[in-house]
This record gives sequence, structure tokens and C-alpha cells, in this order.
Amino acid sequence: MDVLSLPFIQHAILAGILASVACGIIGSLVVVNRSVFLAGGIAHAAYGGVGLAFFLSLPPLPCIIGFSLFMALIMAAFTVERRHRMDTFIGVLWAVGMATGIILIDLSPGYNVDLMSFLFGSILTVPVSDIKVMAAVDILIIGAMCGFYKEFLAMSYDMEFARVRGLPVRLFHFLFMALVALAVVMTIRVVGLILVMALFTIAPYLTERFSASLAGMMVTSTIANIVFVFTGLWISYRYNLTSGATIILVAALFFMIFIILSRFASCPRKP
Amino acid sequence: MAPGGDQQTTVLPEGQSRAGEVPDVEIENCSFAFNSVPVLRDVNIRIYHGDFVAIIGPNGGGKTTLVKLMLGLLKPQKGRVRLLGSDPAKSCRRVGYMPQYSTGEKGFPITVMDVALLGRLGLTGIGCRFTREDREAALGALRLVGMEKYMNKRIGDLSGGQIQRTLLARALISNPEVLFLDEPMASIDIDGQSMLFDLLGELNKKMTILFVTHDVGLLSRYIKSIICVNETVYFHHEPKISPDMASLMMGTGEKCPVEMVAHGIPHRVLGRHERD
Repeated sequence: MDVLSLPFIQHAILAGILASVACGIIGSLVVVNRSVFLAGGIAHAAYGGVGLAFFLSLPPLPCIIGFSLFMALIMAAFTVERRHRMDTFIGVLWAVGMATGIILIDLSPGYNVDLMSFLFGSILTVPVSDIKVMAAVDILIIGAMCGFYKEFLAMSYDMEFARVRGLPVRLFHFLFMALVALAVVMTIRVVGLILVMALFTIAPYLTERFSASLAGMMVTSTIANIVFVFTGLWISYRYNLTSGATIILVAALFFMIFIILSRFASCPRKP
Repeated sequence: MAPGGDQQTTVLPEGQSRAGEVPDVEIENCSFAFNSVPVLRDVNIRIYHGDFVAIIGPNGGGKTTLVKLMLGLLKPQKGRVRLLGSDPAKSCRRVGYMPQYSTGEKGFPITVMDVALLGRLGLTGIGCRFTREDREAALGALRLVGMEKYMNKRIGDLSGGQIQRTLLARALISNPEVLFLDEPMASIDIDGQSMLFDLLGELNKKMTILFVTHDVGLLSRYIKSIICVNETVYFHHEPKISPDMASLMMGTGEKCPVEMVAHGIPHRVLGRHERD
């Protein structure tokens, strides 16, 4: 177990826990709101932030956070009324964000190897400064959930009813989108842009049907994510595989086992 | 009853006005369109306190839209809506709302108790937790609709009728002055329906009740007025369907999938007209 004494492994474990918390909480909210496509749009549009950081030689994380927040708020403005064809609009922003990122990187001098870490994750090379930012974002997310749990619950369960009860749903929708953007950006550090959605959706999907409350779902999803990240990390270290992809395949394995088991379990049970 | 028959009827487009009293719901010359398709045209309605109104009409006739206009969830392109004498956005907290039940919410991780508690939103401030008092109110409302023994059950483990009753408890918990119910009787069996009507009849002593139904066979003896909606709106200040209403629902060609079969009802709705 002397692997655990290696600083980069310690950082990876810390980053994994922090990202699991963010994905467990916000992923649950995304899944019960049926906003997975929206989260995917924000995750991919975040690539524009990567391009912007390279182009302007800015520190990547704050730049991506800023850009993703900006994109999330634009999407929030168009989805708050649940308008007709809002999914098309999300698809457009999704594509435009990625294209902007690619063009900006084309225009940046020199090819930067670090780019691949944004696409596929680089949990083994997470710098301490990023861990601090992640910790701050986690505290923000937990704080928002503790402070406004019943508001988020009301909005997720029945937005129209919440409006009739006088809840400023527009404000909370913007807050929700902003939190999704923050959580997405953090997950990019761990498993990469391409694989963000799996950590966001698999654990909440597995825990949704067993949870009696949204809060319970958030906690169990967080625990499930930590299991995925640790198992994936250990396998990737042991067999020298790409850590992000390994984490996702571990999650997918749990997902498949769950589906098969629940088939067997649900057969004799009466509804 | 021949569609478009030219019988003289007592249609009061604005309801019977009561001098000096502010109506609970007031709609003046309202029109509403969805993506430029007209849903409601030139609606004029005044509903006074204590009324028990059934909103009937065919599917897609605009019943739910009318309720959402009253609640301020939709804004009319033309005309004015007042709820309890002011802008619905301000007064909507003083009403109870039970939306149409959809099967989509079955997977949501929430218990019966927590659904009922959401009705206390707006009474307990933003950022505050629900209090013991809120929980007692929720328990009281659940007891009223006979759902207290299921309070810790997940909403997904309930039948459609039990979910409906939970949603009714959520609407009642804030002691509303006006109660809006959208298809409250859907997926509730006949016994449950008459029990629900008895409860609503009792509640009607304190509050104005408006409920949407597409099933004309469901009008009960507690009803005092009927609003018939099929793009245009008729307000009948009697619990009877006039020939005009029938023709509005039935006589418009393709838009007529309304059940006019009056089976098993405790009250005659397709009544004789006194003047005939």
C-alpha cells in the first residue's frame, strides 16, 4: 500500500472525492430534472473555454469556469419557460461551443499537449491549485443545497406549482444552471470532457429508484461515484490504462450488473 | 338537442355581477394563442367568492389554458386577468392549485409527506427549512384526503388515485381562498369520486372552487356554475348545460370528442329548460 504515499496518487484520490461529491449532488438534480441533454450541452460548450484559455494564455480552470458559466446562463435564459424546441437550441450551443474552442486553438501559437487532458481527463496530474478550486466549488454546491434544498426540490418536482406558490423559479433555474456548469468543469479535470456525462448520470440512475428523497439520492450517488473513481483509479494504475476511461468503464460495469440484477429481482415482485 | 338550435338561453357571458364585490377571478376580453394558434378568444368571466365552478369542454378546447391564465402561469396576449382583485403573480400564493396528474413524476424520489409539504412553500420563507408546524399542517391535509397512512411511501409506489389525493392535500395545505383543480377525478374510482365531491362540497363553505373536467357525467350536486370552453367561453350561472353550451361542444364539426353520456350521476345536467 505504499502507492498511497505517492503525492500524485494522494492528489488523485482527493480530486476524485471532490469530483464525486459535485457529480453526485448535481448529477442527481440533473437526472430528476430530466436535464441530461442540457448538462451535456454545457459540458461540450465548455470546450470553448479551453480554446479561449489557450488563445489568451490565461490559467485554464478559471477561464473554463467563466466561459461555462456564461454558456450555462445563456441556456438558462432559453430554457426557463420550457419553450418549444429548446433541445434544438441546446444542440446549437453545444456545437458552437466546441467549434469555437477548436478555432481558437487553431489560432493559438504552437500545439499544446495538455489539451488531451481536457478531452480525456488527467486525474493523475491534477495540480494542488486545482484541488483548492474544486474544494471551493464543492463547498459552494453543498452550501447551496443546504440553504435552498426545499426550493430546488419544489422546482424539480413541479415547476408550475412552485411558481404558483410564489417561488422565483427563474432565479433558481439560473442558479441550477450555474451549479451544473461548475460541477461539469470540475468533472472535466477528472474524467475529461468526453466522459463527463457518465459520472453525472450513471450513479443517480442507479440510486434514483431506491431513494425516498432527493437528498438521499444525492448522498448515495456521491458514495457510488467515489466507489467508481477509486476502483477505476486502482485498475488504471495496476494495468497502466487511461484513468478517465477506466473509471467510466467501471461505472458502466456496475450499471450493467445493476440492470441484470434488477431484471431478476423485479420478476416475482408485485408493484 | 340539435346542434346550433336557436333556443333562447340564459347565457351570462360575465357571470352574474354582484354590486360592490371584488370577484375572486376576473377575466376581461382575454385572448390567448400558442405559437399563433388561437386557443381562447374574447373570454369574459367573473367568479365571485363561494362559487363552485365546473370547467368543461372537449380535449384541446382550452380548459387547462384557461386555468393557467387565471393563475398567472400564462400571460394573455390580449385582455386582463385579476385574481383576488390583483395581478395573479401577486395573489397566486393565496390560492391552491392541483395540476393535471402526469405519469411522468412516478420515478421521482419523494415521499407523500414531502409532496404535501411543498404546498407550504411561500408560507415558509426562502432558505428556511420546513418547521414542525409545517409538518403538522401537512399531516392534517393528508388526513383530510385519507392519505396519512401512506405518508412515508414513495410517490412512485402509489396508484394514480392515491397520487391525485396527495396532490389535493398539497393544494389544500395552505388554506387557500380559491382552489383550482385540473382533472381531479381522473384515475379515481366511482366511490372515491363521490367521497372527493363530498369533501369539496364541505370545503366550498370556506373557499371558491374551480375544477376542470372533460367528463360531463362527473358534474355533482355541489356544483353551482358551469364554464364551457371550446376556444370561446360560456359562463352558465346554473349547474346545467344549456343548448348553447352543448352546441359549442358538439356542434363544431371535428372538435367534439366530448362524453355527453349522463350515466350514474347524482344530478341531472342535461336538464329540461324551464322556459321550454
